[in-house]
Amino acid sequence: MADKAQIQEAIKTQGEVVRKLKTEKASKEQIDEEVAKLLQLKAQLGGDEGRHQFTLKTAKGTRDYNPKQMAIREKVFNTIISCFKRHGAENIDTPVFELKETLTGKYGEDSKLIYDLKDQGGELLSLRYDLTVPFARYLAMNKVTNIKRYHIAKVYRRDNPAMTRGRYREFYQCDFDIAGQYDPMIPDAECLKIVHEILSELELGDFRIKVNDRRILDGMFAVCGVPDDKFRTICSTVDKLDKMSWEDVRSEMVKEKGLSEEAADQIGQYVSLQGGMDLAERLLQDAKMSQSKQACAGLTDMKQLFSYLQLFQVTDKVVFDLSLARGLDYYTGVIYEAILTQTGPVPVAAAQNGAGEKAEEGVSVGSVAGGGRYDGLVGMFDPKGRKVPCVGVSIGIERVFSIMEQKAEASAEKVRTTETQVMVASAQKNLLEERLRLTAELWNAGIKAEVMYKKNPKLLSQLQHCEDSGIPLVAILGEQELKDGVVKLRTVHSREEIDVSRAELVEEIKRRTSDI
Amino acid sequence: MAIREKVFNTIISCFKRHGAENIDTPVFELKETLTGKYGEDSKLIYDLKDQGGELLSLRYDLTVPFARYLAMNKVTNIKRYHIAKVYRRDNPAMTRGRYREFYQCDFDIAGQYDPMIPDAECLKIVHEILSELELGDFRIKVNDRRILDGMFAVCGVPDDKFRTICSTVDKLDKMSWEDVRSEMVKEKGLSEEAADQIGQYVSLQGGMDLAERLLQDAKMSQSKQACAGLTDMKQLFSYLQLFQVTDKASAEKVRTTETQVMVASAQKNLLEERLRLTAELWNAGIKAEVMYKKNPKLLSQLQHCEDSGIPLVAILGEQELKDGVVKLRTVHSREEVRFSYTASLSV
Repeated sequence: MADKAQIQEAIKTQGEVVRKLKTEKASKEQIDEEVAKLLQLKAQLGGDEGRHQFTLKTAKGTRDYNPKQMAIREKVFNTIISCFKRHGAENIDTPVFELKETLTGKYGEDSKLIYDLKDQGGELLSLRYDLTVPFARYLAMNKVTNIKRYHIAKVYRRDNPAMTRGRYREFYQCDFDIAGQYDPMIPDAECLKIVHEILSELELGDFRIKVNDRRILDGMFAVCGVPDDKFRTICSTVDKLDKMSWEDVRSEMVKEKGLSEEAADQIGQYVSLQGGMDLAERLLQDAKMSQSKQACAGLTDMKQLFSYLQLFQVTDKVVFDLSLARGLDYYTGVIYEAILTQTGPVPVAAAQNGAGEKAEEGVSVGSVAGGGRYDGLVGMFDPKGRKVPCVGVSIGIERVFSIMEQKAEASAEKVRTTETQVMVASAQKNLLEERLRLTAELWNAGIKAEVMYKKNPKLLSQLQHCEDSGIPLVAILGEQELKDGVVKLRTVHSREEIDVSRAELVEEIKRRTSDI
Repeated sequence: MAIREKVFNTIISCFKRHGAENIDTPVFELKETLTGKYGEDSKLIYDLKDQGGELLSLRYDLTVPFARYLAMNKVTNIKRYHIAKVYRRDNPAMTRGRYREFYQCDFDIAGQYDPMIPDAECLKIVHEILSELELGDFRIKVNDRRILDGMFAVCGVPDDKFRTICSTVDKLDKMSWEDVRSEMVKEKGLSEEAADQIGQYVSLQGGMDLAERLLQDAKMSQSKQACAGLTDMKQLFSYLQLFQVTDKASAEKVRTTETQVMVASAQKNLLEERLRLTAELWNAGIKAEVMYKKNPKLLSQLQHCEDSGIPLVAILGEQELKDGVVKLRTVHSREEVRFSYTASLSV
């Protein structure tokens, strides 16, 4: 325990640090962090101050959602969930932590980002890192062979803030997966149809869905002369083509990964290719490509996929792109990634390709969804190694939230945080009883209503509350109106008022609110 | 999950009907935020491992995070609901069947208002929710800490025994009066006289009339605290009367999906047509499913409808396609109608 003088010295020094940061206009996060340290130091002197000081903040990398953000979040979830339901998906949920051993060995290098729980004498636990491993564990544990499920929940990653500015440590993932043995490519096509529907309904602007196939990639590497043991590492370099130029990618392959220039050039010829079913057909005829059985299988399935996509009417946005690679540890077949084509400035989060992940929050500029087929994962959990083929997609929902939040900020339209339809108000004093009685009547009729918790509120304050909260109607009680058996129903934005008989009030409100 | 969704929908629509906003907080808080808030139960908090950063713990309830949120954001007035999971390292031997991860569903009104109106609204909400959930008959018991403390005082309970006597009295819903009295006297060291005086009061139940009676009670009325509580209790009941809460199904198959139509085929080689029709239904916002099989048997497709509770099946067949129609079958009645392809969508 440092003595008092040492602590006071440390407080002085820390105070300078904070002042300096503020003068330099450093990021809010940095300042908050140093202020927190300062307060903690001051708290150590606590006894003298007679007041318990503690740091009032959320954990690093986490945030509260205020009502506005929740309202936006709810809208986004409703759109996405209704799409999942339209396709007959069931919903499941899993615990926030798993046995540490369940998560061990599934995430490669990224395992160091897993949050562990303290050993408090029981089982060793870790917070879930994604929803895919829990899903595989669920399938194996319950011996489920067929399921079409969605799962929307938060996951946890101890990202290093210096590397990934603006990235959260607690964030939502929104997964849809189809598990089971089926005739090829039909479920894969439905996943893409779902991505198309969701991105269209969210109205985020124009988008493209790139598709490729692990077998085509591996086959291409083989025929281009890439040694087997370099497949994965070359793959992660190729994946950088969405952020780096071909020259830089080629350079990395040759200089850093030790690939022959010849092989690099051959790869270069292929990865620039994009197209539809026609490209798949062409490649099947390609002298070199056709030598790879693997590639041919992938290409044949790609043609099949496109034929289904045509029937599903989504080929307008789907592109077969040979440069799409993604972190491939899980994937065994088709892979896809959806990007928004008009991207504004976005805090760039470094893509993590080593992880066998479908879509990380903020994986690359413009990416909003990603996924693919992963037939081997469930078998890793099953004691008998029984395989359950899976295909799925993860929607980059945090990216969607921040786009929607920006839109809401920019637009003149106010985001409502409540759904209240009517404010029950009074124009004079001593009408609390009548207000409460009427409010209860409205609630009992299923109408969303509010009343001010004041015996004698001013009419103006009640009206102001309606304006602030976006409440469209106000039912005003007054002494004369009560004698006449009517209520004044006012439309807040137009100020138009009519007298409605008490008996007909509920009907009138219902009629008006169904129009809104 | 389907059951859970139904319950949440009922509860959330009630909260919304009352103009509540929604917030969310992180699953873990700084350890220091939770320290010192839960008394003895603090040992049940899940800590995260010290991995070189801040010390963190999983939230134990939603109330302390709420208080932290209000203070942090300098919020003085809010009506909010929060539905989320909380974490407690319960000792299984003590609390059999209790989960360590479980949902809490909180509704709170923060702010300075005229007395008892928000309190009454909370009770109105409980009444609405329990009624709508159709769990059967229910009662809502109300009391007031000031009335309890006032009662203890006039019965001769020493100040420093208030809280401990209080926790014994709380056991009356599980133990008989004899056992509660015995614990108060033998374990908590209360005088028999005080215990008997308490006994006279704690058996009382009623409505506004009881509050009125106690205000007239010779002993009770000596406590200023109790009087304040009783006056507010009368006020509460008057509001509850205005809110109409002073008084107090067929086993539907629980569906896990909301699919409305199964698109099926009666013969082979109709996958294309099935996929095409399914896409049209989806595009029209209709919840539809199709089997992932090129040539499924009609029986399997119908069986799936029965198992999943899908009400309608649109059956494509070669003859029907030539005629430009679709057979729309109601699954449970097996009644079938032929519709022209284009008309079937509006049905």
